[in-house]
Amino acid sequence: MNGLLVLEQILNGLQLGVMLFLLAAGLTLIFGIMDLINLAHGSLYMVGAYVAATVAQLTGSFMLGLLAALPAAAVVGMAVEVIALRTLYERSHLDQVLATFGLILFFNELVRIVWGPQAIFMDVPGALSGTVEIIPGAPYPTFRLAIIGAGIVVAALLYVLVARTRVGMLIRAGASNREMVGALGVDVRLLYTLVFGLGAALAGLAGAMAGPLLAVEVGMGEGILILTFVVIVIGGIGSIRGALVGALLVGLVDTLGRAFLPTLLRLVMDPATADGVGASLSSMSIYILMAAILVLRPRGLFPAHV
Amino acid sequence: MSRLRRPRRRDVVLLGALAGALLLPPLALALDEPFYVSLASRILIYGLAAASLDLILGFGGMVSFGHAAFVGAGGYAVGILFVHGFDGSAVLGLLPGSDNALLVWPAAMLIAGTLALVIGAISLRTGGVYFIMITLAFAQMLYFFFVSLEAYGGDDGLSLYSRSRAPGLDLADDTTFYYVCLGVLVLFLWLGRRLVDSRFGMVLRGVRENERRMQAIGFPTYRYKLAGFAIAGAVAGLSGALIANHTEFVSPALMHWTRSGEIMVMVILGGMGTLFGPVFGAAVLLLLEEVLSTWTEHWMLVLGPLLILVVLFGRRGVYGWLVGGDTR
Amino acid sequence: MNEPLLRAEALEKRFGAVTATDKLSLDVRPGEVHALIGPNGAGKTTAIAQIAGELSPDAGEVHFDGRPITRLGMAARARLGLARSFQITSLFAGFSAEDNVAMAVQAHAGHSFRFWRDARLDPALRGPARLVLQLAGLQGREAVPAGRLAHGEQRQLEIAVALATDPKLLLLDEPMAGLGPDESVRMVKLLSRLKGRVAMLLVEHDMDAVFALADRITVIVYGRAIASGAPADIRSDAAVRDAYLGTM
Repeated sequence: MNGLLVLEQILNGLQLGVMLFLLAAGLTLIFGIMDLINLAHGSLYMVGAYVAATVAQLTGSFMLGLLAALPAAAVVGMAVEVIALRTLYERSHLDQVLATFGLILFFNELVRIVWGPQAIFMDVPGALSGTVEIIPGAPYPTFRLAIIGAGIVVAALLYVLVARTRVGMLIRAGASNREMVGALGVDVRLLYTLVFGLGAALAGLAGAMAGPLLAVEVGMGEGILILTFVVIVIGGIGSIRGALVGALLVGLVDTLGRAFLPTLLRLVMDPATADGVGASLSSMSIYILMAAILVLRPRGLFPAHV
Repeated sequence: MSRLRRPRRRDVVLLGALAGALLLPPLALALDEPFYVSLASRILIYGLAAASLDLILGFGGMVSFGHAAFVGAGGYAVGILFVHGFDGSAVLGLLPGSDNALLVWPAAMLIAGTLALVIGAISLRTGGVYFIMITLAFAQMLYFFFVSLEAYGGDDGLSLYSRSRAPGLDLADDTTFYYVCLGVLVLFLWLGRRLVDSRFGMVLRGVRENERRMQAIGFPTYRYKLAGFAIAGAVAGLSGALIANHTEFVSPALMHWTRSGEIMVMVILGGMGTLFGPVFGAAVLLLLEEVLSTWTEHWMLVLGPLLILVVLFGRRGVYGWLVGGDTR
Repeated sequence: MNEPLLRAEALEKRFGAVTATDKLSLDVRPGEVHALIGPNGAGKTTAIAQIAGELSPDAGEVHFDGRPITRLGMAARARLGLARSFQITSLFAGFSAEDNVAMAVQAHAGHSFRFWRDARLDPALRGPARLVLQLAGLQGREAVPAGRLAHGEQRQLEIAVALATDPKLLLLDEPMAGLGPDESVRMVKLLSRLKGRVAMLLVEHDMDAVFALADRITVIVYGRAIASGAPADIRSDAAVRDAYLGTM
């Protein structure tokens, strides 16, 4: 097995992990603070991707597209929160699941009407379209490296926000005891809307960055949403640290599994069976990981609530 | 128990629905619209799936968002056994295939039920938001698993060349198949009603009302929830077997998570915690989809907000509205 | 019969920097009423929760009926005869009063993997349920949904549900909470009827009730027992006066 190949796949895994972290960080806060299960979070990712793709096409600049996606997703997110989600906070989780399920159907159809059913393709920005030799002889796509870099920056910024600012303190307090925060006289509704906007912006950012890598199409949010759920379950609800660890774990396990499991299995099985079993197992690998962690820690690795 | 009083509104509604169901095929034939029989069969089958979800959702309070996985498992059980029976090979080199309904339909229930037992054993160790996400994730896992099974069609699905064989009945005839589906549904609704009124059913209801108190009075709630989950999964598997027969086709799309969402919608739309309600919910949803899709190809735009409104304002569901709240 | 029915030894529970239970020990003898009093926030409910099995102590042990139960969960302890009523009413709001009690009867009538007979028509459950309801003073109110009962009736039902599990020891967490004067008198009468038949660990603020019922009183302040003994002794204890009773 080629060491460079392994390194490349590890980086791919980190890149996937970063995208998942952007989605999971916002969502885990929303779960933890507002106790709201929101299936439509993937739709915000989709909005980010579509806005970025459209603006990039119109202006020819990926950066402009990215910069447009962030506020667009945040605004859409906050609008949805104020209009549709506020009534759901007091409701049962079942009601929240069904209502946000309805939101997904609505958003998907809306996007289909506005942009059409075909997928849009985004080009990797010229400046980042080459490769970088991280180790001599090992070229790696610059764009993917940029995503990893962006993720590290966001993670650092989030850490500063949550650990060092007043707003962050309110967020942490809200994640571990939401009634207390209200009792302390904080304008909880405003806090909720802001947290939602933050989560939406992060999701939009992930969508904009994913645009050049995957096709921008209706329904792109749902697949990654479920992966995000797995990340949050593994990491623990309400914990950004958990989201980071979970995202990196899921990203690495999924990527490395798909890349190397069939090869590993060939050591003990004939190639045809190994490929078949390998394909099946690797598509299930992160769920098996989730199950294993749940057996030991039913509330995830770093749950915010005790 | 006195049965000579004035009939309850509930009994009138149910008997009326049963009568309507019995008369549907001759009516459809008279109107020269055999399509209605096929649509009605689909309603009955999904009604069964929705009723099985109601057992754990409406009565047990377990918000399982992966129920379609058990439907799909049952469907694939029938499909895989059929394919092996057809070409004479053995499943995993051990089990002979078959298309005998008396063998494969119970097998579908057994397989789906066992799957539910395993998934439930892990998922039920959690609760709340975790449980919802985990059941969703496991269902997605199964979806990907079947997509990866090239031997059985993968993403394209698996075709059955005919329906299951049942002694004395020609299931290939749509009308016969319809009555079989109706019979199965009625049988399971009856058994289900007995179940939810039994001691076991009361435990599930108690868990939904106040699980903490149930534990405080001495119930080891986990095992009862797990049993309920497995039973619901097995019945969902049966509905999957029927779907596989109905369309003579199974594909991973059967267990896509949006299907789980649709089944849940049927339960809420029809009336949660009633067992009969979900069947009405299935009828309403499937008919709505039929009608809306002829008006506009963007019917989802309507369905989405409609769903939200129902959730927020439609407390008792269609069945609750029909029987005036007397759903016990 | 010298061995106490319940023995909690050196229980400790910390929530972050807060020590809720500080090496607390107490015991309850068969048939006695042992009252637990103390200011708000003293850790009484936390202590009950640890004895009932809802919270796991950081240190210490609990023994019941001669066996160690520290590792057992709530349901297992309930099956051994340790029943609990809650400070904040915790009933099956959608069930009738009779169904509430029948549920508790069913919990102690073997396993519930019975799928056929209608539980609501089962005399083995209904009969005992009605008896307990009568004992709790709720005859005539059997069919009312628990959520619709008056607050006082709900508190009576709280006790009834715990009682229906045929316990050896009742953990009563502020049974008088929110009761008016007449209802309080009724509740004290109910609990006196149970005196001697069932041991009780009674957490209460209502001092009239405490002195009317208790055989022994323990005073808890900041998670520690500062005094324990007969009611008359506690009444006159200077430390207790300072900490809690004030002008009693």
